Amino acid sequence: MAVVAPSSQRWRVFAVHAALLAFIALTLLPLLMILSISLRPGNFAGGSLIPKALTLDHWKLALGLSILGPDGKWEAPPFPVLQWIANSMKVAFVSATVSLLLSITSAYAFARMRFRFKSLTLDALLLLQMFPSVLALVAIYALFDRIGDWVPWLGLNSHWSLVLAYSGGIAQYVWLIKGYFESLPVELEEAAAVDGATPLVAFVRVLLPLAGPILAVVFVLAFLSAMIEYPVASVLLHDESQLTLAVGSRLFLFNQRYLWGDFAATAILAGLPLTLLFLFTQRWLVSGLSAGAVKG
Amino acid sequence: MRSLVLALHALGAAALVAALMLAFALHAAHASGWALGVIALAAIATWIYVSPRFMAWRYIVPGAFAAAIFIVFPMAYTVGISFTNYSGEHLLSFERATDVLLARGDGDGRSLSFMLEPAAGGQHRLCFVADTGEHYASQPFRLGDAVRLPLGVDDGSAVSAPALDLRALASNVPALRRVIVRLPDGSEMRLLSLRRFAVERAAYVRESDTTLRATRDGTLLTADHAQGWWRRADGTPVTPGFRATVGLANYRSIFTEPRFYQPFARVFTWTVAFALLNTLFTFTIGLLLAVALNWPALKGKPGYRIALFLPYAVPAFISIPVFRGLFNENMGEINLVLFQLFGVRPGWFSDATLARSMVLIVNTWLGYPYMMILCMGLIKAIPGELYEASSLVGAGPLMNLFRITLPLIARPMAPLLVASFATNFNNLTLVALLTNGAPDYLDTAVPVGATDLLASYTYRIAFQDSGQHYALACAIASVVFLIVATLALANLRLFKVGQPAR
Repeated sequence: MAVVAPSSQRWRVFAVHAALLAFIALTLLPLLMILSISLRPGNFAGGSLIPKALTLDHWKLALGLSILGPDGKWEAPPFPVLQWIANSMKVAFVSATVSLLLSITSAYAFARMRFRFKSLTLDALLLLQMFPSVLALVAIYALFDRIGDWVPWLGLNSHWSLVLAYSGGIAQYVWLIKGYFESLPVELEEAAAVDGATPLVAFVRVLLPLAGPILAVVFVLAFLSAMIEYPVASVLLHDESQLTLAVGSRLFLFNQRYLWGDFAATAILAGLPLTLLFLFTQRWLVSGLSAGAVKG
Repeated sequence: MRSLVLALHALGAAALVAALMLAFALHAAHASGWALGVIALAAIATWIYVSPRFMAWRYIVPGAFAAAIFIVFPMAYTVGISFTNYSGEHLLSFERATDVLLARGDGDGRSLSFMLEPAAGGQHRLCFVADTGEHYASQPFRLGDAVRLPLGVDDGSAVSAPALDLRALASNVPALRRVIVRLPDGSEMRLLSLRRFAVERAAYVRESDTTLRATRDGTLLTADHAQGWWRRADGTPVTPGFRATVGLANYRSIFTEPRFYQPFARVFTWTVAFALLNTLFTFTIGLLLAVALNWPALKGKPGYRIALFLPYAVPAFISIPVFRGLFNENMGEINLVLFQLFGVRPGWFSDATLARSMVLIVNTWLGYPYMMILCMGLIKAIPGELYEASSLVGAGPLMNLFRITLPLIARPMAPLLVASFATNFNNLTLVALLTNGAPDYLDTAVPVGATDLLASYTYRIAFQDSGQHYALACAIASVVFLIVATLALANLRLFKVGQPAR
């Protein structure tokens, strides 16, 4: 910046630092509290933010280990948290793979081919993205209830039903991959075409090997969005052993059975890896959400 | 390469075979409409993959079909259900409900107590005592056979072995269910309980497609396809009801019946206010933070950026219950601190205004980082010369914000703000995990609360407390579809204005 700084600049910088730090302290306090609660004995509010006594009981319960209670009895874990994590990962892994496979070829056609109704289809994809599945929950429930009559392993309470229900939401990924393909020089495939390659061969041999990074990012995004989805999973899954983490973690905090400490440990155990993964891909996610509106 | 092409052809052929098998299975299960739909889809896909005219569409079909089947079709199905009476009382199809009635048994009050006695050769025989004192007995038979045993009058003295106790009887219930005994007067009895056989016959027999006759008194049941009930002559319905098309009845309920439109109006007002306020709050905070972080004089930006982004990175299904616990009225840390400092314990879940404030606070916490990141990207694209020029004429930060930054990011931000409004309009996860609508209104017929959004209202109507009013929920969801469609079109229009070069 070529302009000479005014004399009040130092004070302004100081004020902005102070304001930002205060804001961050306020917003991150809940997260710190959860760490403290997970290490504090008992399942009720204990008073200070820094626990007076430390215990790993909540963590043991979250990890599926029994603990020795104060009355000398072994206390079993309240919920199968590890099972839930496994369920979530299974659903997320399969649905991310399916979403990726479905969106990748569409993105190629949209990026490289000319055909009728192309911009109409793209607009339709953008519009569809605005309609959340929460509005069609009853229909999704009724559909899988009926599918279950014909194909039991695809009906309610099965993980495959959830995978199918998730596999339709690919508009965002198509846009992301399409944007990446468009950023690659078209001459690469033209050269391949001169050598006699069909569009399919050019796609598989030339474009796909270059698309590794974006495919990884889309996979992670689809994985994360399936891991954190709540409404559809809460409608399709019933049995405690079948639940995904997003649905199951709700069971900790009922007024009749309020397991605050156990929830805190579970929240960190499950939330931390997802949070790190999210931080890692956030730049891509935001540009995906805004569907290319931001060229940063 | 050739093997890949072969593999793709094999995959396509396999998919076609699978689709045809599915259609056949559906047809066999009396779902011919669905079977036709599957065949139609398979035909379209085959045509596209065979005809050279649809080269590009070959690549798009998988994704387009997935979007059509799992997004568009459920939406259409939602609208379809909204014209029916599908609910907890009307779960079954007409055929299934009729089958349930036809399978229903009806006794005439006569029953006999029985004992099961072991007989020679591993066989058993049944001995009966009527309440009036007569004794009957069957011939020995093998348990597990489906048999019809004639009973003879017995003097009750021919007990050959001690009868089986209740525990042994209980394990033989499936075998005994297959036994029908015929009394000397010709009436037939089946197992009723662990101690008794009773006269059992079908309660209803079919008269015609739309009438059933009750065997007990010969009265008729008539199918009322307008409202989905089998009705007696006096008009009283017989459960279970069946699904029927009721036209606009659900919409009429929402908009004309006070017990439905009053909560609908309240929820709608709060939903709009919530989405507006939340978009305003998150955008304001996000913009201010973005401006601060784009200030060249500020050091330590990467650290700030991560710390400020963190609330968005924590999965919502974790952070929302965390707030639910922290705000808990009796046990939560927030009220603990407020009580120690000011001696108050605000009722975050029992007072409507406080609950709504809490919902807004939590969702602002969840949403401001997204706005911040978007604003940062847009501000970065503003040429620095503009700010240099403005500082030459002595403009302060406020003037920069309102005269340069805001006008320049307004246009690209507009579609994103509309999208944010639409997302929050349907933010079911927040309400379901934070308050579940609490505090509930006490003066409504359907359970609904002060913090319920339209999405959570329909969720509760369909899946919680009040009893599976699926069709009503679908009608409300269809109304919301219209609102979202308007928003989506506005969004697309603004998006194209903001980016004319596409």
